[in-house]
Amino acid sequence: MKSKNLVKFLITILFVFSSTQTFANTIKWSMQGDSLTLDPHAQNEGPTTMVSRQIYEALVTRGLDMSIGPQLAESWEATTPKTWKFNLRKDVKFSDGTPMTSEDVVFSILRAQQRTSDFKEYISTITSVKATDAYTVEIQTREPNPILLNQLSNIFVMSKKWCEENFAMAPQNWDAGQETFSATNSMGTGPFKITLREPNTKTVFKKNSKWWGEVEHNITEIHLLPIKNAATRVAALLSGELDVVTDAPVQDLDRIRASGAHKVQSTPQMRTIFLGMDQAADQLRTGNTGDNPFKKKEVRQALYQAIDIEAIKKKVMRGLSEPAGIITFPGVTGYTKELDERLPYDVDAAKQLLADAGYPDGFEVELRCPNDRYVNDEAICTAVVGMLGKIGVNVSLFAQTKSKHFKELKDNQGDFYMLGWGVPTLDSHYVFHYLYETGASWNKVNFSDSEVDAAIRVMEGEVNLDKRNAAIANAWKIVKDNIAYLPLHHQVISWASKRSVDVPIRPNNEPLFRFSNVR
Amino acid sequence: MDNKNLTLFNRIKDSDIYFSFIKSPTAILSTLILIIIFFCSFFVELVTPYNPFDPSSLSLMEAFTPPSWTEEGLSKFILGTDGQGRDMLATILYGSRISLIVGFSAVIFALVLGVGLGLSAGYFGGKYEMIVMRLTDVQLTVPSILMALLVDGIARGIISRELHDEMAIYVLIFAIGISEWPQFARVSRAATLVEKNKDYVSASTIIGVSNIIIMFKHILPNIMRPVLVIGTIGLALAIIAEATLSFLGVGVPPTTPSLGTLIRLGNDFLFSGEWWITFFPAIFLVILAFSINLLGDWMRDTLNPKLN
Repeated sequence: MKSKNLVKFLITILFVFSSTQTFANTIKWSMQGDSLTLDPHAQNEGPTTMVSRQIYEALVTRGLDMSIGPQLAESWEATTPKTWKFNLRKDVKFSDGTPMTSEDVVFSILRAQQRTSDFKEYISTITSVKATDAYTVEIQTREPNPILLNQLSNIFVMSKKWCEENFAMAPQNWDAGQETFSATNSMGTGPFKITLREPNTKTVFKKNSKWWGEVEHNITEIHLLPIKNAATRVAALLSGELDVVTDAPVQDLDRIRASGAHKVQSTPQMRTIFLGMDQAADQLRTGNTGDNPFKKKEVRQALYQAIDIEAIKKKVMRGLSEPAGIITFPGVTGYTKELDERLPYDVDAAKQLLADAGYPDGFEVELRCPNDRYVNDEAICTAVVGMLGKIGVNVSLFAQTKSKHFKELKDNQGDFYMLGWGVPTLDSHYVFHYLYETGASWNKVNFSDSEVDAAIRVMEGEVNLDKRNAAIANAWKIVKDNIAYLPLHHQVISWASKRSVDVPIRPNNEPLFRFSNVR
Repeated sequence: MDNKNLTLFNRIKDSDIYFSFIKSPTAILSTLILIIIFFCSFFVELVTPYNPFDPSSLSLMEAFTPPSWTEEGLSKFILGTDGQGRDMLATILYGSRISLIVGFSAVIFALVLGVGLGLSAGYFGGKYEMIVMRLTDVQLTVPSILMALLVDGIARGIISRELHDEMAIYVLIFAIGISEWPQFARVSRAATLVEKNKDYVSASTIIGVSNIIIMFKHILPNIMRPVLVIGTIGLALAIIAEATLSFLGVGVPPTTPSLGTLIRLGNDFLFSGEWWITFFPAIFLVILAFSINLLGDWMRDTLNPKLN
């Protein structure tokens, strides 16, 4: 009897130990919002790409130091100025075990060019893509494209077979609220695979044992647990429930540092926060003047000069922001310090400008804001509402969750809105192509200028760097003089984690868990 | 003869209730606190020079000022300022006005609905009574906060967003009222059952007084005591329910914050040491609810000894 009990006891001990062992290398990761969809071509949005990046891979990719390196393509060369040849790795397998071939790459690029894709602007210059053999892909561009590699680093490769079997041949139409298999399931070549997906609650990533790369991490599972409330997120981190938070609230950084078991990393982020004003509508949807004051440059400038960006930096961002003059940041081709200068904060001048434009008593408008996307987004908007109130512009704030905010923006429902823009390609072209080009998908201010449009064409096809840079500089000057948007600041991001967890911080705010370790 | 010469004041002064009131220090204290709170909330413009809802009067640079007695505090902001530079005291008083309006309206709504249904159910009996009482049973199985969340969710679905901010306060009153009426219905029905067998009701029936008049003119005054007791305690519950809903973000919009909204907004700053932003609205809510409850307890003891 006794020995039997002992055996039972030992088995229990063994079981307990072995089961805790398997949980040992789990990283519990949190941020305020969740990925919007798992379809890697459906939504071009930060956290969505952060999640896709762990499970899907592209031909080329940016490493920890943000430089472009090979991923699914082993090597590449431009055979003519408009033709690129990519030699694929031959040892790549999808997580279901099927090998990845040039068929899948061609399929994925074509898929990302479809109407419902949010990545079509990245690769709009690609005119044809074909597989010359099982492991070679040839890409033709309309003009010589100096930033093709930058662009391709964001086009994730899916399995053609998997898409065929699961009715996912076209990207999910996210703007129309479509639900597809690929939006809640994923199957890529990346270092992790998703085994559980509960949107806005929990996403479980498991190590992909079939991954081709050299394993530099020791993680077996990642749990993504979005927590919207900042205080709750910090409490969960401090209590040990979470291992890493990739958007630690600025007001709590001192508190987290004070805990001996945690550390904070900060870096200027490749993201600029700005406000957009619809300049094309004849009448504001939420206005009271019956016309559209934003059509007048004086009004836009008045709003610009009424914003005390230093106060926002000091009080809302606690010093962790860089006031911005343009929607791009150091490190991006085309950025200069002079362009990044802001117009001075001057309430009297702003009032005068409003009066000159014919709105001495101001007007009413609604400001749309996300409340779970950017650092202190809602607090920034509330502060802006107060500042604009001082020049008589009566702003009502409408803050909502990012999925609704973005969807309604895309649906042209915003008069005045907040948006943040990162530049994954590190080239100004990306900003112009999405935000300034006539009819561009995120150009919700409906800015249109033929000279800028022409400059964008030059950026796409000009290989002479001097001429190209001149075009970029000229385009920035035009949009800055026009005050097409109201730039606010470049975001500084802070990641907080347990001391035992190493997740290298990157300026694009994207964690790469394949370089992460748990001690 | 004597009675006619007594003024209203003297009648009150001679009553049992007044006697019991002056003998109860808790009742006096809580009434005093409530009077102060009510006065300050409804005449807030006289109490404080600040209007926290006027964005042009705010200065972001004055945000996060601690209470005046601390080292960095400013004497012009007694309880400090919040993250937008609003004076906490003024914000709390404006907020408590909204909380009180919602609380009172919700209780009155629940009282009218509950007493109407309960009284008629007790008086008429039969199938009607059964239906009403089973309805209360069903509703009592659902926690009132869930009920209120459900109503709010449906309202958000039906009412367009532009209208929603304006309608939010009415939706909130309806949501809280609808979740509290069963208490009133049950108590008033029970009391009606006792009253309707009394001689004065039989006498009225015999002389042919109509049912409506018997119910509302003869029975209603006699069942008001227990109803008032639940009404008072219900007021505290309604104020807390409003705070809970606003804390969860489904109550009044942040542009016209109630106490619950203020506690929610301040919650983000708990870890960073700006404790006053959430502490003062919270402590104000506690004092308010506690005073109402103490008053309710005293009323229960005095008006309805049977409940002891």
